[in-house]
Amino acid sequence: MGILIDVKNLKKYFEIRRSLLSKPTYVRAVEDVTFQIPEGSIYAIVGESGSGKSTLGRTILRLIEPTSGTIIYNGQEITRLDNKRMIEYRRQMQIVQQDPYNSLHPRKLVKEIIGEGLKIHFKMRPDEIYLRIKEILEMVGLREEHMFRYPHEFSGGQRQRIAIARALVLRPKFLVLDEPTSALDVSVQARVLALLKELRERFSLTYMFITHNLAVVDYMATQVAVMYLGKIMELGSKDDIFQRAAHPYTLALLDCVPSVGTGRKIRSVPRGEIPNPAKPPSGCVFHTRCPKAQKICQEKEPEFYELSPGHFCKCHFCK
Amino acid sequence: MIGTFIVIGFILIAIFAPILAPYDPIKPNLPQRLKPPSSQHLFGTDQFGRDIFSRVIHGARIEVWIIFLVTVISGTIGTAIGITAGYFGGAVDEILMRITDIFLAFPRLILAMALSAMLGRGLTNAILAISLVEWTVVARLARAEAMKIKSQPYIEAVKAVGASNLRILLFHVLPMCLSPVLVQLTLRMGTIILTAAGLGFLGLGAQPPTPEWGAIVSDGRSYLVQQWWISTFPGLFIAVVVLGFNLLGDGIRDILDPRLRR
Amino acid sequence: MTRGSLVDISKLRVIFHTYRGTIKALNGVELWLNEEERLGVVGETGCGKSVTALSIMRLIEQPGEIIDGKIWFNGKDLLQLSEDEMDKVRGRQISMIFQEPIAALNPVFKVGFQIAETIAHSQNISINDAYTQVREALEMVGLDWQRTIDLYAHELSGGMAQRVMIAMALAVRPKLLIADEPTSALDVTIQAQILELLDKLVSVGKNAVILITHDLGIASEFCDRVAVMYAGNVIEVAPSQEIFNEPLHPYTKGLIDSIPVVGRAKELTGIAGVVPDLVDPPSGCRFHPRCKHAFERCNLELPELVQIKANHYVACHLYH
Repeated sequence: MGILIDVKNLKKYFEIRRSLLSKPTYVRAVEDVTFQIPEGSIYAIVGESGSGKSTLGRTILRLIEPTSGTIIYNGQEITRLDNKRMIEYRRQMQIVQQDPYNSLHPRKLVKEIIGEGLKIHFKMRPDEIYLRIKEILEMVGLREEHMFRYPHEFSGGQRQRIAIARALVLRPKFLVLDEPTSALDVSVQARVLALLKELRERFSLTYMFITHNLAVVDYMATQVAVMYLGKIMELGSKDDIFQRAAHPYTLALLDCVPSVGTGRKIRSVPRGEIPNPAKPPSGCVFHTRCPKAQKICQEKEPEFYELSPGHFCKCHFCK
Repeated sequence: MIGTFIVIGFILIAIFAPILAPYDPIKPNLPQRLKPPSSQHLFGTDQFGRDIFSRVIHGARIEVWIIFLVTVISGTIGTAIGITAGYFGGAVDEILMRITDIFLAFPRLILAMALSAMLGRGLTNAILAISLVEWTVVARLARAEAMKIKSQPYIEAVKAVGASNLRILLFHVLPMCLSPVLVQLTLRMGTIILTAAGLGFLGLGAQPPTPEWGAIVSDGRSYLVQQWWISTFPGLFIAVVVLGFNLLGDGIRDILDPRLRR
Repeated sequence: MTRGSLVDISKLRVIFHTYRGTIKALNGVELWLNEEERLGVVGETGCGKSVTALSIMRLIEQPGEIIDGKIWFNGKDLLQLSEDEMDKVRGRQISMIFQEPIAALNPVFKVGFQIAETIAHSQNISINDAYTQVREALEMVGLDWQRTIDLYAHELSGGMAQRVMIAMALAVRPKLLIADEPTSALDVTIQAQILELLDKLVSVGKNAVILITHDLGIASEFCDRVAVMYAGNVIEVAPSQEIFNEPLHPYTKGLIDSIPVVGRAKELTGIAGVVPDLVDPPSGCRFHPRCKHAFERCNLELPELVQIKANHYVACHLYH
């Protein structure tokens, strides 16, 4: 299995200026992130708000320009490609966004929303475009007549199916799923997740699945990276994270998941608030909330230790 | 409701002016000069014996023409500049908005006067002058809309699909900006008439014998004490139509903004 | 017959008038609860769980209307009380916390003042006297009172704001606390903190709780009993372990089969179809168009909520 996405030392800082003259401060949304997404995997990025998980996804697609670092897609570095040369890669790398209520243009028909990419990338006749749209709508569980409706005529789950159709009609290889089901009810979520799994098989897709929901990760993912304040704290295969988690933050996250139907559980909840990403703590960014924190954690940032092949952890005490 | 009636009435008058007007609005009829309102001349006649009623009715056509052209010109310039500034942001935004600020720094009527004095007298130049004053309002609004829309996920989605900036701007951002811009333009129509009448009154707009309302008011200036009707009737029409446009604009705004609805 | 010693809601019907028509939001809700009991109300968007809560507080306003039913609370029917009498119940005997705590606080007053005001209102004392209790209220929810007292709502994080809301709600020592999705807007670690805090405080304060949530896991852990709502009806009520392990209603089963659970690999089935439009709801059982087991009677007759085993009620014709 080859590497489809290879991200090295990626950084994305957002500049914040209170006024024109004041000194800018930087929010380090993505801070020195390195990881590889193998072809055909479902790579989950898990984190809470402010972890930079959405920014990471957008930066890899170059919807946001990276501050530094490299992004290699299928052996080709795309970090600094100009807009013209980037277009071909845009076709191959698509996104499904979080909020299906804002991700579809409110004044356009479904066929225009889905057909937009076809018009840009392929020199197709209108009847060919029509067929392609019809075909993809049926694959995502909608019908031909839905083409002539506006987004507001659909439920949240159906809208998310339209967004998936818009991404897949271009026959991409790589799909960033940015919390694709967090705005949906559970019964709808289950069906959308099942659809995503099915489509991945059918089109041999690779997913980067961004979410805060560990249960969904357990259901979907093959690989997992856990982010906190712009950094990857732990990454590994699904079993590495769910069976052999080493980082205190990962353990805390797993512990916080409500159990279903097995009674109350005793958990060690991390204390305190998530720090402001514009002012991250020194040393290990998690030390302010970590139950195991020692003096060294405030002073020195831990390295990325490889615990077993492919299982990395950023903690002084994870060995 | 009232606003809609007034504006519809105004437009109907403009359309059917040749049928409604009993006399020729331009041809002098000196024996009939300065007649007070009567059953023959509903609003009286002016110093050349022309029927004021007919002139006012034909004047509606001129006003509609002015409104139409100013709206189209200022709407186009304003929207183009506004959405470009709002969508690209940064330096483009700074430059375009500072230019807009320069226009906004002067009182409107004075700027319109200066511009039409510069361009020379005449209806066409007056229309140009008013447009050059009016576009700034549209530009600011379109900019604000474009800034709001460009950060919407559906615009990001189009970018992800591979659309160029120009394509996003024209096919995705622009259509969303149009409806607030149109409301604003409706609200401005009353002001446009006022400015046009102001210029006409000062002799900078439509030239005699064109029956522009402001110009007719101006014609009657020297007869105001004895022959009050010459200035009063066109003046009343200006007031009523401006009121009508303002009421209509308010109504449209209320309909589009559910927060103000009761 | 009263089923709950503190709250007993029967046949509650609420409608909303809209330009599209009348939304039949609650279609005869049955819900009851004893003193010190914790009841979870779960369901998906539009099932009426929040409307039920607002009805108990009598906060249904135009264009909404309570058209039928009884809400017995502590021996009185809340729907028969005058506005003045209801004022004495609201914020004294029943208090409420919301999903968006920052929005629920007043943006122009300091946190300390808002807590003091709530306490003053509930105890009929002056605001100055109430201030003495603010410290205790804030410390109770684990906040640094000296720092928090002078902050405005926008200066609080979501977790802190929810703590302030809990402090305000519990400072009046209510018999009943209604929590409407109190942690849905929070991160998982903060959610766990808030639930732990709430659990502790409610145990100490002996408050009864109605916890409204879409997260079945939270309801399962926090509550004694869980009521499942669908399209304006309570369709199943059971002790919280039982409802997850032995669900009876086809909708409850579908819902439980839709939740991914860490460490329990299973295929998620979901529920086919969409939630009905309550302007024109299905006849009979409102779930029947999506139900695999539906038969003729389901289309004709609304099933009543009937006790099947001890403490386990279900509204489904399959069990009658």
